[in-house]
Amino acid sequence: MAEIRFSKEHEWIRLEGDTGTVGITDYAQSQLGDVVFVEVPEVGRKIAKGAQAAVVESVKAASEVYSPVAGEVTAANAALADNPGLVNSAAMGEGWFFKIKLADKGELDELMDEAAYKAYIAGLG
Amino acid sequence: MRYLPHTEHDRRSMLAAIGAASVDDLYRDVPVAARLEDHVDLPAHQGELAVERTIAALAAKNRPAGSMASFLGAGAYRHHVPASVDHLIQRGEFLTSYTPYQPEVTQGTLQMLFEFQTQVALISGMDVANASMYDGATAAAEAVMMANRITKRTKSILSGGLHPHYREVIETYGRWSGFSAKAAMPDAAGVEDLAGQIDADTSCVVVQNPSVFGHVRDHAALAAAAQKAGALLIVVVTEAVSLGLLKPPGEMGADIFVGEGQSIGNALNFGGPYVGLFATRDKYVRQMPGRLTGETVDADGRRGWVLTLSTREQHIRREKATSNICTNSGLCALAFCIHLSLLGEDGFTRLAEINHAHAVQLAEKLGGVKGISVVNDSFFNEFALTLPEPASPLVERLVGKGVLAGVPAARLWPDKPDLANHLIVAATETNTEADMDLFARALAEVL
Amino acid sequence: MDKSQGRIAREDAAPTAEIATASGHRGLQMEEKLIFEQGEPGRTGVDLPDLPKVADRLNGLKRQRAIGLPGLSEPQVVRHFTRLSQKNYAIDSGLYPLGSCTMKHNPRLNEKMARLPGLADIHPLQPVSTVQGALELMDQLAHWLKTLTGMPAVALTPGAGAHGEFCGMIAIRAALDAKGQQARKRVLVPESAHGTNPATAAACGFTVDAIPADDRGRVDVAAFKAKLGPDVAAIMLTNPNTCGLFEPDIVEIARALHEAGGYFYCDGANFNAIAGRVRPADLGIDAMHINLHKTFSTPHGGGGPGSGPVVFSEALAPYVPLPYVVHDKGGFRLVETKEGKVEPFGRLKAFHGQMGMFVRALTYMLSHGADGIRQASEDAVLNANYLLARLRDVMTPAFDGPCMHECLFDDAFLKDSGVSTLDFAKALIDEGFHPMTMYFPLVVHGALLIEPTESETKASLDEFVTSLRSLASRARQGEAAAFHAAPRLTPRRRLDETRAARQPVLRWKPTSTTRQAAE
Repeated sequence: MAEIRFSKEHEWIRLEGDTGTVGITDYAQSQLGDVVFVEVPEVGRKIAKGAQAAVVESVKAASEVYSPVAGEVTAANAALADNPGLVNSAAMGEGWFFKIKLADKGELDELMDEAAYKAYIAGLG
Repeated sequence: MRYLPHTEHDRRSMLAAIGAASVDDLYRDVPVAARLEDHVDLPAHQGELAVERTIAALAAKNRPAGSMASFLGAGAYRHHVPASVDHLIQRGEFLTSYTPYQPEVTQGTLQMLFEFQTQVALISGMDVANASMYDGATAAAEAVMMANRITKRTKSILSGGLHPHYREVIETYGRWSGFSAKAAMPDAAGVEDLAGQIDADTSCVVVQNPSVFGHVRDHAALAAAAQKAGALLIVVVTEAVSLGLLKPPGEMGADIFVGEGQSIGNALNFGGPYVGLFATRDKYVRQMPGRLTGETVDADGRRGWVLTLSTREQHIRREKATSNICTNSGLCALAFCIHLSLLGEDGFTRLAEINHAHAVQLAEKLGGVKGISVVNDSFFNEFALTLPEPASPLVERLVGKGVLAGVPAARLWPDKPDLANHLIVAATETNTEADMDLFARALAEVL
Repeated sequence: MDKSQGRIAREDAAPTAEIATASGHRGLQMEEKLIFEQGEPGRTGVDLPDLPKVADRLNGLKRQRAIGLPGLSEPQVVRHFTRLSQKNYAIDSGLYPLGSCTMKHNPRLNEKMARLPGLADIHPLQPVSTVQGALELMDQLAHWLKTLTGMPAVALTPGAGAHGEFCGMIAIRAALDAKGQQARKRVLVPESAHGTNPATAAACGFTVDAIPADDRGRVDVAAFKAKLGPDVAAIMLTNPNTCGLFEPDIVEIARALHEAGGYFYCDGANFNAIAGRVRPADLGIDAMHINLHKTFSTPHGGGGPGSGPVVFSEALAPYVPLPYVVHDKGGFRLVETKEGKVEPFGRLKAFHGQMGMFVRALTYMLSHGADGIRQASEDAVLNANYLLARLRDVMTPAFDGPCMHECLFDDAFLKDSGVSTLDFAKALIDEGFHPMTMYFPLVVHGALLIEPTESETKASLDEFVTSLRSLASRARQGEAAAFHAAPRLTPRRRLDETRAARQPVLRWKPTSTTRQAAE
């Protein structure tokens, strides 16, 4: 079963085997407004935990997307080029940004689980 | 005072509504030591009549280019602007409107900018243009920074045919923003070959066409050499009218085009305000600095225009913006747009043909003066001469004969004594044959 | 007897939105196509001189393909741009309450003076002996700017405010480097700052460190002092700040900063509150850009051109850019290369600066005089406080106490109404006003920043207040749907900015039918 974890910067990561799929949360997309463009990382790029991995642009704002774990990018979501609105309509699924092969699965423990994230965003008000 | 509508009665009644005894109360946060008790030491207010006299007296101490036979170019060109242009740009709805951030009530500005962007893309042969920059030189610096972002390299190569002011602005931006610009020696003969200098660290090559000395060259081979090394070719055009007659940068393989649009719609104005032109290929559009206007629809499905791709800009990205630019050169872009609309395809091409033809005639007349030789084989409306003595004192003497004889190279390259005898001369549609004969005669007299 | 008195019977009056016209025009509101959709080959709006027959010297580089520009006659062009202008709101049409933009009246005398041939028809590279009047004008403008600010030096060349910021920050970098202090790289910028401030600092290679505001909307002085250190290069402060408030601790901030070895950059966008009443030099600043297109009435022109001269302290005066004007025995000179004790940091623009804007600004200064400039500042502050006083019971001021030349509200008064700041602003458009600045500064939620300027009469302000009070009341009464649909009375309704960004169409392109017709 794929476990999902969340970062304080509103990224989610769903682990399957050694690879995690990363996206931004539904809360994040609702804060951004209509997404108009996504800049995804190159396949093969090695990213440190917490480093900037992607950029998501809405009409009025642009936000950095950070990688919640360290690793190597194995895939980027090509569908976002023609349909950036997927981030709004399917943030937790089809609107994923990139897949990353984890350098250290232990880093997942440093992230929040679903219940903790729900509590976290409730506290943001 | 004619611009300040309040009477003392108004002020008292408003202070009462505020609950303040005097306007001084409203300045209570100003440290006492910094409060000015009295007016600063400058003259008191004046009516229009007095102000006109003062400004007109300053204007009278200048010799307008139109009052003499003027052959000045080198980045600013005297063209005839049709009377309608100045009337239209002074309509208050254009003159006193702001940046179109509220598109529902600024469709006039937005539609005009969309037309301007289209005109710039068409004349330069590029895919997409922005809504203008401050001037050609700052546009060139921004183009280099854009190339650096795209290639992730920091070394640019600057042609020796690039206007020195443009080179200096790029070098200044580079010195303080952290990139390097290697400038070739001034290319008076128009023979430089930059391809051999391009390597894996090169971000871009910047050339000017026609060059500052007037040479016209095809840069297609240079474009190929740059792109082969993963670098970009930036082509600069300081005389926008040349695009009416010459093969445009887009057809030469330019990645970025920058230009000075002053020649179309805008007076000389002693160097400003001017209007920078900026265009690039579709694939680089998100890296383009400056404002962009895009087409869309409104809530009723009707076509309209908005500022778009704003997330590149300073008011959103802040320290990560593509540049810190806030203003474009709106009213100057409007003047450009109106003038080019009046010229149209036929008028623009013919205007360019007349400019070239006048320059050809001038080159023949001046080349016939003993001791003068025309350096250029090719040119559009501007070329270089070599004189038998330094050009600067000669130009000063020619003023006395009613001629503004061109720009001495020494003015632009004061540290290059080998250019001291070079003079850069331009002719436009405003120069008559009588002007040219006067120039040739006066030159012969002073030599 | 006809009792109708000429009034149209109500039964015949259809709601105006439903009236269709064959032309698509609606009374004086015209629909206007693009020039590219109206052109005809062979048409032109200009008659040119004869073309002499010569052999060309174009090196074989004559353009082969058509450009694709449309041909229009003069009447068509005049009508086209006249119709476009009629779709624009402008200062000439009404109050333009944009915060920090200073949308004051643009005097027409400025335009007349700028067009004198002796000022408009001079080439920047004419021999200096033939343009002594132009250089003298620049010198006079410099004198007014220096006297009003109390600063000893000024750089006139920056082309706009952001360009001026760039100029000031480079001068600071140059001054620090000259003292061997390359390690000073951190610039302190309030959270409330305009986006150009951090963008400029980053462009000069500085890192940006945000200073929080206190609950009074001013710089948190304790937090600021805690951030001082040997790596601090400068602060970039706007005063009055972007919340419309004067920084009362500014002299102390300057003192602490100087003691720590940093320089004080002041964003002069809000100079209109204090010109003639306070000199920035007396506050301890080292550099300040002035927006001639704000404080000194040069026209906004739909987005430019601007002009952003920068005044400098003695410490920074050697690090001005080229060129600059000097007045010596021989008359006025333009210094375009390094000379004397000046260590110019380079050149920011081709030629000498925005001369057209210098003429306009000096005309404004001569017209107002020292007394008029001081009065204008006072009236600007009076007008903003009048609005604040008349609105504070229906809208929520962000901070207590009087404001300077602009007043700031947050969106608390719209809470639970379903109406956002954006919706409120769009409804204001139907009332006939350009909206105030929205969502800036970022430190206040749903910000509404209003700057009336000194050009507005009390009656004009009262009319604005009436509309705002009405809108605030309607929002609270649950008319959210009407606000979401606003504006409804404008040439265009709300435009789809998402579509514009997702599917960018940035130029007109001929369709295949028009291409075939052309062939």
